[in-house]
Amino acid sequence: MAAHLSYGRVNLNILREVARKDLREFLDKCAGSKAIVWDEYLTGPFGLIAQYSLLKEHEVEKMFTLKSGRVPPADVKNIIFFVRPRLELMDIIAENVFRSVFVSRFQAPQFLTIFSPSFLLQECYLENDQTSLYHTAKGLINLQALYGTIPQIYGKGECARHVANMMLRMKREFAGSQNQILPVFDTLLLLDRNVDLLTPLATQLTYEGLIDEIYGITNGYVKLPPEKFAQKKQGEASKDLPTEPKKLQLNSAEELYAEIRDKNFNAVGAALSKKAKIISAAFEGRHNAKTVGEIKQFVSQLPHMQAARSSLANHTSIAELIKDITTSEAFFDNLTVEQEFMTGVETDKVNPYIEDCIAQKDPLIKILRLVCMQSVCNNGLKQKVFDYYKREILQTYGYEHILTLNNLEKASLLKPQTSSRNNYPTIRKTLKLWLEDANEQNPNDISYVYSGYAPLSVRLTQVLARPGWRSIEEVLKMLPGPHFEERQQLPAGLHKKRQQGENRTTLVFFLGGVTYAEIAALRFLSQMEDSGMEYIIATTKLLNGTTWIKSLMDRPESQIS
Amino acid sequence: MTVSFQIFFTLFVQMMKSKADEEDYWNSSKFKAFTFDDEDDEFSTLKESKRTVNSIRCLVEEDDDKEEVEKVSWNGEPVSSKTLLWLLKQMFSIVVSLEKFRSLQDKLLLLDSCVAAHDGNVITAVLIYLKRTLSKEVLFRELEPRQTALSHLIHYLTETRDQRLLLELYTCLTCFCFQLLQYKEHLSIADENKRRDFLKSCLSLPFSPEDSSHVQDHYTLMERQVIIETTDRRAERGEKVERALILNMPLITTLSYCCLYHYSESEGTFSSPLNIRQTFKISEKQFFVTALGARAKLKAWSDVDALFTSRNWLGFTRKKSPLGFQRVVDILQKNSAPTQVLQDYVALVDDAELRITLAQKHKCHDIVINTYRDLKDRQQLLGYRGKVERGSGEERKIDELLNNLQIRWKN
Repeated sequence: MAAHLSYGRVNLNILREVARKDLREFLDKCAGSKAIVWDEYLTGPFGLIAQYSLLKEHEVEKMFTLKSGRVPPADVKNIIFFVRPRLELMDIIAENVFRSVFVSRFQAPQFLTIFSPSFLLQECYLENDQTSLYHTAKGLINLQALYGTIPQIYGKGECARHVANMMLRMKREFAGSQNQILPVFDTLLLLDRNVDLLTPLATQLTYEGLIDEIYGITNGYVKLPPEKFAQKKQGEASKDLPTEPKKLQLNSAEELYAEIRDKNFNAVGAALSKKAKIISAAFEGRHNAKTVGEIKQFVSQLPHMQAARSSLANHTSIAELIKDITTSEAFFDNLTVEQEFMTGVETDKVNPYIEDCIAQKDPLIKILRLVCMQSVCNNGLKQKVFDYYKREILQTYGYEHILTLNNLEKASLLKPQTSSRNNYPTIRKTLKLWLEDANEQNPNDISYVYSGYAPLSVRLTQVLARPGWRSIEEVLKMLPGPHFEERQQLPAGLHKKRQQGENRTTLVFFLGGVTYAEIAALRFLSQMEDSGMEYIIATTKLLNGTTWIKSLMDRPESQIS
Repeated sequence: MTVSFQIFFTLFVQMMKSKADEEDYWNSSKFKAFTFDDEDDEFSTLKESKRTVNSIRCLVEEDDDKEEVEKVSWNGEPVSSKTLLWLLKQMFSIVVSLEKFRSLQDKLLLLDSCVAAHDGNVITAVLIYLKRTLSKEVLFRELEPRQTALSHLIHYLTETRDQRLLLELYTCLTCFCFQLLQYKEHLSIADENKRRDFLKSCLSLPFSPEDSSHVQDHYTLMERQVIIETTDRRAERGEKVERALILNMPLITTLSYCCLYHYSESEGTFSSPLNIRQTFKISEKQFFVTALGARAKLKAWSDVDALFTSRNWLGFTRKKSPLGFQRVVDILQKNSAPTQVLQDYVALVDDAELRITLAQKHKCHDIVINTYRDLKDRQQLLGYRGKVERGSGEERKIDELLNNLQIRWKN
């Protein structure tokens, strides 16, 4: 059981258990031995719900990845395909089945195709595939079935509006079945990613954010260069360094990680130091253990202490790896330009640093992040500047990138100016998005996650709670998409009587992706003394500037081979 | 089936349920039975699926729920309509029921309702139906103002690789949005000659003016790369040198190649760097950086020098470089330029502080000494004495300066 999911107001284990129950029930329906053929995109997310041991309990004997050709031989009664509902996969499944049935010498197994349940994370397609919004709405309906109807819905953005409309309509269609569960969430906030295009482009500066930016966190795991983690046995010369990347799991079940993940990276060193002293002192405790009872107690603590020490070692290594990068000149120069754009410095001219980077043929994604940031902070680039960057990029990296640039333009990330009015400075001033001298060690504002820049999306969330969106009507109108408020009727008697000092709970749903830094900022808000609000975050996917831009780059071939 | 897979919930399904009696519908002469043998239907393109479905007898016979269902003829095999519907849902859905929408108005209303419902799978299913039952002209005309539906259709045609129809569609559209998707297909053509010809064919598509010029440039570049490749490979037969292939490389990379191997050619040839610069309108800065990098790589220091000089009516003069001299020094140093060469360029750095830093970094002692002398900074000069070699010319020079009573040191 994932104990760390039970902490806090909302017991996320419920969700996990429901999924596991569904899965178990389904597996039991197919009596007899089974083999599962996986769409490899799903193995990660499924791993968050169930391990192989669970599947084994339900007679899953073999597992394969979905590939063209024949299903490998397996003497099982059932073969089950777990796939995303995608057209190109259907053909592969058909091919698998066709070839297998005719080649198998054993009794032909039964074939069943299963589409992954709708509440698992789905990607938003650039081709404006509205299906993902539908899944989101459906997912939220399912959520309400478990956690109770959410009485207030707020939203900003086109997609938010669509999702809310779908939710309300679906609810009407199921009218008659009253949900008697006491509501856990007081408010639902739906936010379009394109209401805040700036935040994902900026380099995250929290510990977890930097790990994601540099190494990438997938399904709670990160792969790291192994050299720093090589174990040296005492007295032996170190053996050949491992070549396999070191895979580490990162979640709040690990005490130290829970403590440092949301800190600004500049505050991590001190935290690790402090922890090292505590652990050291704990181990020293063995000298104080005199009686048998005391020794016994010390020994019983050992596993916990050893785990803590190993955790400290891992994170010290990771912090060292990150520090090498954050103290480099390239990182500093890049961050400087980012902050210049964020504070509105010369966003209307060709930036010399960007020019130099293109001339040096730095990675294209780095260039794209910067030019997009300039464009967003300027509400579109001056035509001359836009044309210049475009030409330089196409000439240096290849003409085929017209496709990427086109996608970025469609997403409003990199576009020529249409009107001369740039609202960004007004938005920045009104919502206090830039705070000089942000306190990184003991923050008092969400801007610490970017060392000065407060994520727009989180600021909007913060203002919604207090003093409310009425006070920023003008600014909201400057941001894309409609904003709205809806109420859902609760059955009589379910209205919550709030205890003195009890927090309200808001579910913030990011449509189109969210960064770890934004999550850290929201957690910070939850922990603030006088906030009176706890935030739970949901999203269609986790992203950073690099993965986001990559998803908007055009891929020539389809992913599944 | 009670598994939790995607159910295609939409408005119009409900509409269907509440409409005319199901019994009448199935039995009426208006109903055209859907069969997989239908030659010009979309499902026949999913050949494997078709054959598979036909051969899965076990699925066909299975029927979990004991509901009473209508029998529908399908491929000659009697099959419960419930199973048929389930099978269709697996692939692509409720096309069977769509036959009821006959008039253009009904069809468009159907399409608009589906778009409003936001379920992509259903939108695509309806589009397939419309594609089958409407003429191309009417379909394209009606889809143009319906961006969402149009996107879905293009997405579908791309996935099923219906190139012919895609091309027809793009040519009909008056907006510029989708021609690029056609252009994109060049990436899947491996052979360089075929790719070049494909790019040529794209030139006639109605792109936006900016995109049009980029596609034109791409074609011109590709054409040129093929020519240069062929000529160079032929010339190379005698030599052992393995040169980097420039096929499908970006423009600047191609320019770099030409600066390496075709630098001194006259402006009339395809591979002359100056010709490339002019044809593709490469910026002065980009050209400069590329040429500098290439000549430095070959340690052709005189060529490097020539980049900076320009003739004016008095004779030769040093021109200011479009690149800061610090960058120049950086590039030269990366290519292991000797100190004497580096020195010349470090000396040209305007900012004194920067000049000193660079000079110290690259051990251009003379420059450091001269700059401290110019700044009249005695302390720093004294400090620097320790950094030069004992007994060297530089040490003597420093001593001379320190002992020079005519210099008015500031410290």
